[in-house]
Formats: sequence, structure tokens, C-alpha cells
Amino acid sequence: MSTNLEIASQALLEPSGITQTDLEKVLDSILGRSVDTADLYFQGTRAENWVLEDGIIKDAGYSLEHGVGVRAVSGEKTGYAYSDDIVLPALQQAAAAARTISQMDGNNKIKAWDQKIIKPHNLYLPDDPLLSLSDDQKIALLHSINAEARRQDPRVSQVIVSLAGTHNVILVAASDGTYAADIRPLVRLSVSVVVEQNGKRERASYGGGGRLDYKMFLQQDTGLKYAQQAVRQALVNLEAVPAPAGVMPVVLGPGWPGVLLHEAVGHGLEGDCNRKRSSVFTDRIGQRVASEHCTIVDDGTIPGRRGSLNIDDEGVPTQCTTLIEKGILKGYMQDKLNARLMGTVSTGNGRRESFASIPMPRMTNTYMLAGNHDPQEIIASVKKGIYAVSFAGGQVDTTSGNFVFTASEAYLIEDGKITTPIKDASLVGSGPEILHKVSMVGNDLALDLGIGTCGKDGQTVPVGVGQPTLKLDEITVGGTARND
Amino acid sequence: MQTNVTNSDITNIVADIVKTAKQKPGVTAVAATGSISNGLSTQVRLGEVETVEFNRDKSIDIVVYKQKSKGAVAISDFGKDAITSAIAAACRIADYTEADQYAGLAETELLATEFPDLDLYHPAAVSADQAIAYAQQIEAAALGYDPRIKNTDGAVFSSGESFFVYANSDNFLQGVSKTSFNAYCTALAAANGKMQRDYDYTVARNINSLEAFNAIGIRAAQKTLARLGAQKLKTCTAPVLFVPQMARGIWGTLISAISGGALYRKSSFLLDKLGSKIFPDFVNIAENPFLKGALGSACFDDDGVATQSKNIIANGKLETYLLSCYAARRLGMKSAGNAGGVFNLIIEPGALGYEGLLQKMGTGLVVTELMGQGTNIVSGDYSHAAFGYWVENGKIQYPVEEITIAGNLVDIFQNIVAIGNDVDYRGNTITGSVLIDAMTIAGT
Repeated sequence: MSTNLEIASQALLEPSGITQTDLEKVLDSILGRSVDTADLYFQGTRAENWVLEDGIIKDAGYSLEHGVGVRAVSGEKTGYAYSDDIVLPALQQAAAAARTISQMDGNNKIKAWDQKIIKPHNLYLPDDPLLSLSDDQKIALLHSINAEARRQDPRVSQVIVSLAGTHNVILVAASDGTYAADIRPLVRLSVSVVVEQNGKRERASYGGGGRLDYKMFLQQDTGLKYAQQAVRQALVNLEAVPAPAGVMPVVLGPGWPGVLLHEAVGHGLEGDCNRKRSSVFTDRIGQRVASEHCTIVDDGTIPGRRGSLNIDDEGVPTQCTTLIEKGILKGYMQDKLNARLMGTVSTGNGRRESFASIPMPRMTNTYMLAGNHDPQEIIASVKKGIYAVSFAGGQVDTTSGNFVFTASEAYLIEDGKITTPIKDASLVGSGPEILHKVSMVGNDLALDLGIGTCGKDGQTVPVGVGQPTLKLDEITVGGTARND
Repeated sequence: MQTNVTNSDITNIVADIVKTAKQKPGVTAVAATGSISNGLSTQVRLGEVETVEFNRDKSIDIVVYKQKSKGAVAISDFGKDAITSAIAAACRIADYTEADQYAGLAETELLATEFPDLDLYHPAAVSADQAIAYAQQIEAAALGYDPRIKNTDGAVFSSGESFFVYANSDNFLQGVSKTSFNAYCTALAAANGKMQRDYDYTVARNINSLEAFNAIGIRAAQKTLARLGAQKLKTCTAPVLFVPQMARGIWGTLISAISGGALYRKSSFLLDKLGSKIFPDFVNIAENPFLKGALGSACFDDDGVATQSKNIIANGKLETYLLSCYAARRLGMKSAGNAGGVFNLIIEPGALGYEGLLQKMGTGLVVTELMGQGTNIVSGDYSHAAFGYWVENGKIQYPVEEITIAGNLVDIFQNIVAIGNDVDYRGNTITGSVLIDAMTIAGT
């Protein structure tokens, strides 16, 4: 069997006859200036999407993209240029542009290629997921999900099912000797429904995916279950009453509500904002930033997960990085540049949206480890509060630490019991304060279903989140129903 | 760097694709869009260069129709083989998609035939060194404004030019060149161990129309300093004043709710509201796609349909939906050139300036930043995290954070009591501040 490196070289370099020697020469040409490091990032991506709406396969699209990004780093400076043609002259031009970051001559030399990763991850199969089902099978899958959604309830008025797959081949060659490749499948299925009752409408969506192939949606009726859940959630929201406004206890369900961690602490623990001293967590390693119930990790090594990577986009193997251990801040997530400037090493979190983007420290799969409480016991402990199980997403200001995440399925808790559903409401807090309010952590750790996308500085990357059921003693809930 | 692909090259490629694809078996119509862009972006921090990025992109999107079925393909490789296989792939996909009676190109009588110069292309050769110097000037103004500004999250200057061409098999072929220049700066400051940041920016199609760089840095510094000492607020119901940048978000919810896709999917809180009064009498909103040099100007939309100047809201009444050809057919209406959105949304300013609006509000909240995804276009429910300033007797008292503002957009629209003349031109939506009579503010 061919290695990833062999497959990637064949796909990305051989069509235009680019050799390893060419790559060395290009990197050498960059290091001819006073440049600390340089890297080349080759990428080829095949992607497709299929959309069913109004009961018919309405849209389908296919795209093919490839290119190479060239980076030169000198101190804190980065020069970046790219080409969407992988041919030697374009690569040389991009290198000439990237090295303009430094005007002085240099004498750094590239290190000998190191193609051996000691224990390479093998988190997903390199096979092209677009080929895992025939086009007829993909269409049949979408129709079956549509039928399942409509079968649930006569109040279902709209169903949109979308199926997307990408096959991404990358190769990194860097002056520090990195020479590595990865072949990354990614699939996603989502179901979005509108329900209507007496002129009142609500919408919900549900879905999942991962670095697997389309067959995952056929196994155990996974796709059909997404349809059932989307309809269930939309019907729940039809009955929703205005959410309360003010500070109250909130119990977050397992899995996707881990978006709390992504926003409240994740972004603020990325290396770049700490190197620039613009994060609310700057200089706080070793300090208590959460209650003792909280241990939070970023783990790029979980097989098949949406946020997982065998190597990051700088060729560094991913790892499981402990961010917070029993409430104490342990570490940041680093790429090569920020690690070097902060005197540490990359944690395998250097990611980029594509060859056209500069790598940055980014999350992979971020989650909190399980505690020992029964989830029912946690809910029963709340006299008056909210139980939130699904979220529309979140956002954070990493400087002040202020963050928000918006519930899309939530209920009142009254006298320890889950009662009435409430309308969408934003929950707001301060990152370094909120996790001090975690008083109970469940034994039911779950990761999300694989639909998360994170945006930062204009670049989006797939990520995962997770957590067990947990209780926040207080957080501000942004509803409209005042309690005074 | 040279792309070696010129505007006329890509125009010819796109025209060829349309002609070639149209001749494939079963193909009844074709549309193709080509685009190329070139740009430069520089970021400096604490006077030193952080990044210099050269951007250069090209792509072609092809849509083929076989009767009422369609297939779409996107490529960035313009080689002959790549194009041939892209056309083949689009044709194959069209065999799999199902007939949609509303699908197809624009009605030919709607296609744009006049292409006045909208003054969108002002090339200026900005070198990396110049761009760095501009960014340094902006940041220096922020750092020099007050000793409490000790750090920044950087200042950025970027410039770019783009060309796109749309062609279809009804003989439409038209290209547009645009330039864009923008700069921003994010300043940082701390007081009592609590850090804050804020930013300011300038954007224009002509580099000479950018605001003075010093002013950008100074405003970023002022806004950041104003945030220091932010407090929480008690949960209450109060008037809320959205500064122009935030008011854009309110108008954005209107645009989403009257856009074709939301309407034919019955996913809008403004369903069946055409001709109804959804705002107070004094609210007038127009679309003007022909403003010279403006950020949203265009002669034709994504379907090639001629754009139109029109009233969207007149005396509070909804005058039109915003439709693509497809959405128009779904709704039994006619496209007025809004495939791809609205082209320069202009909110008629009122009599009061910002200070006047504060006076009118008396006691309430000024919102300068909103965060989160809490807008539900189906139900109109609205709940966002906010940063702002508490106002009493028309005077700002202190900054506030960790609060939310919430309501339903149907009520929020009806409860607009004033629109300011403090108009912000830096975007596709041109608006002053907006004062809402009452919203629920959640805090402690």
C-alpha cells in the first residue's frame, strides 16, 4: 500500500513534474534572504454537494481546486504568497513574493528532509469519500431522509436535506526538514425543516459527519435519525414560551453545548493572542481559571472526528493537549511560529483554511472530561433555571473574555424537573469567570455529531466540541420574560 | 506576481464555455461566471511588520440546464482539459438533479442592456512598503493618542482589484472591474486588570476616498479607552440606540426576511406582508444600485437582470420583495434585479444627530457592539450579546458589558422612534443611528 506521502506526491507534484530537488531549491531561494524558516503547502481538493428541497434533487455541485502556498518567516514577520496553478514557475514567483518580507541577505540552510514521523496517526482512511456511494445511492439516501422527515408529522412544511463531501490531499515541505502529507476525507449531512401550525412557523436543523465516508449515514439509520431529531426540535420550538431574562442556574446537556468551552476558553488559549498579549488568559498559566471540576483538552487524535487531523497544516502530528486541569490553566494551543516566539513547541494546532491562507493556532476537538454525577441528579439540583441542549453557535472577544452562545433548544427547569420549552436565547458571560461557576459535571461525556465550523480572521476550519452534562450556578440568560 | 490571466482572457474563456456547453447533448441553457482578483494585505503591530500577504485568485462557476434540471461545477484550473472535464461533470450532474419547473436563466427581456460606468475601478499601484507605511501610520496614531494604549492587535492596510464576468446562452456577456482599499486598527488598553479592545476602519473603491489614517487610529484608541471600567447592568426594559454600524444589523434582518429564498420557503417573519405597514410612518428605505463609487453599486444582478432604483419601505409600508428570477417564479412575481442581494440600501436620515438622539432617548442603552447568532428570521425572535453605554438624561454614564438585548423583530421594527442623520457610508447599507423605544436588557 502506498503511503500518504507517496499518494500526495503523485497527486500534487508529479502532474507538473516538480521534484523534491525543486522544492529544496525553492526553499533555498527563500532562505537566501535573512529568513528564519520557510514552508510550502500543496493542496488538492475535490468537493461535492447534493441538495434536496421540495422533494426533488434541486441542486448539485462539484468543485476542483488546487494550489500551493509559500510562507517565509523572519522573526515575527510573515510573508505569504500563493498560486492556484501548481507549476514550478508559479511556485518560484510565489517564493519571490513571500521572501520580500526580508530585504537582507541570509545564510540559513534547509535541514535534511525528515520523512519519518515516529508513530504516525492513522485516524481516518485515505479513500475518496465522494466515491463511497454511487450517485444513485446518494440521491436515494436524500429521498429517504426527506420521506422520513415528512412522515414524522403533518405539520412539517419544508424539508431541505444536504449532503456534502470533500477529499483533501495536502503536502508540506518546510526548511526545518518537515516533509509530510495527509489525505483527509470529510463528509457532512444536514436536515433542515420548517413546521407550521395555525400560521405559526418554526425551523430546526440537525446533522452530523466526520472524517469518514457517506456510508456512516446509512449505518444504524443515522441519516433517518437526523430527520427525526430535526422535526422533533422544530415541534418543540413551536410550543416555546419567551425565555427568561437575567441571571440564573443553567444546566447544559452533553455534546454540542461544548461550544461553551470553545468560546469561553478555547479561543483565548490559542497561542497567537497570547503571544501578542491580547488575550484575557495571557500570563495566567498555573492560575486557577475554572472550578476544580473542570478538565478541558484539545484533542486532534480522535479517529474519524471532524476536528481530527493526522498532521496539522504545518506537518506536525496532532496531540491531546491539556488546556485546563482540575481548574488550573496548563497550556496554550500553538503553531510553529507562535511556539517559537514564546519559547515553546508546536502542539500540532497549526491550521489553515486552504493553500491561500496563513496558518494560525486553531482548535481541533475541544472538550471537557467527564465527572461523576448522574445527569438526572444535576437537573434535579436546580430549583429554577434552564436546561439547554442545542446551540446555534457562539462568539467571543478574546481580549475582554466576553462571550455569547445562543440556545436553539432549551427548557425551563422548575423544582428539579424539565418543563416548558423556551425560545432562542443568548447566554452571555466572561470566559475566565464562567468556568468557576461549574459546580457539577456529569458522567455522560459526549462529543458533538460532527457539524462544527469555526471562523477566525476570515478563515473557517472544521472543528469538534464536547462535554458531559454540566451545571453553571449562574449565567446571564438573554430572554424577554422579566422576572420582577 | 503575474496571473497571466487577463480580463479579456477570462472573458473569452467564459464565453467559450457557454458556447461549448450549449452544444452538448440535451443541454438547453448555460450560464458561467468567471472571476479573477489580485491583492495585497499588510499587518503591522507595535510598529513592526507582522504579515505581508499577496492574494491572487481565479475561478469559474458553470451552470448547465437540461430543460429544468441543472448541474453546477466550480474550477480554479483554466487549462483546456480541466474545462472540458468540468463541462462534462456539469452535464452529468444535470442528469441526476430532478426537474424544477422554476429553474432556468433570466427572462431575456429582464437582462440588463445598459452598463453605465459606476466609478468602481480606481487602480492604484500600492507597493508592500507603502502598504506597511500606511498601516504603521494608523497604528502610530492609536499608540500616540494616550499612554494607556500600550498594545494593539495590529493595524491592517489592504488593497485589491477584481474582475468578474457573467455570461449566459441568451447572449448575455458582461464584465465588471472593481477596486477596493481598506484599513483598520484594533487598539488595546487595560484598567484595574481588565483589558478591552475596540477598532475602527475605513473602506473605499478609490484610495483617495479613504479617511485620514490618523483619524482611524485615533478613533480606535478613543473607542477602546471609552470601554475601560465596563460594568454589568441590572435586568431592565429600556430604550436602545443602535449606532450606525449596529443599525446595519437591524436593516440586515429586514433584507433577510424580504428576500426570495426566505419567502418561498415560508421561513420569514415578514411572510405575506407586502403592502403592509411594518415600520412607523417616517421610515423610508430605498435601493440605489447606481450610486457612483459606492460599495454596493451594480448594473446587473447575479442573474444578469438589470438592477433598479426602487423604494423598499415607503412611509413605513413594505413596497417590494427582493427577488431573484428563481424566487420570482416561485412566488408568481417578477424579478426586480435582486439575485445576490440588495445593491446599496439607503435609509432616509431623520432630523437628529447622535447627540440629539441621546437627548431624545433620555435614559437607556447605546449599543456599539453585538455578538452571537441570536436572530431567528422564521419567528423574528432576536437575542444578542451587546456591549454599550448606559445613558441617563441624555448623557453617557458608563460602559456596560455582559448583557443581552432581546425582543421580537416585528415589535422592534414598529418601535423605531427615530433615525439619525449621523450617516455611515462605509458599507452596502447606508444608515444613521436607530433608536428603539424599548427592548429587554438582561444583565444581573
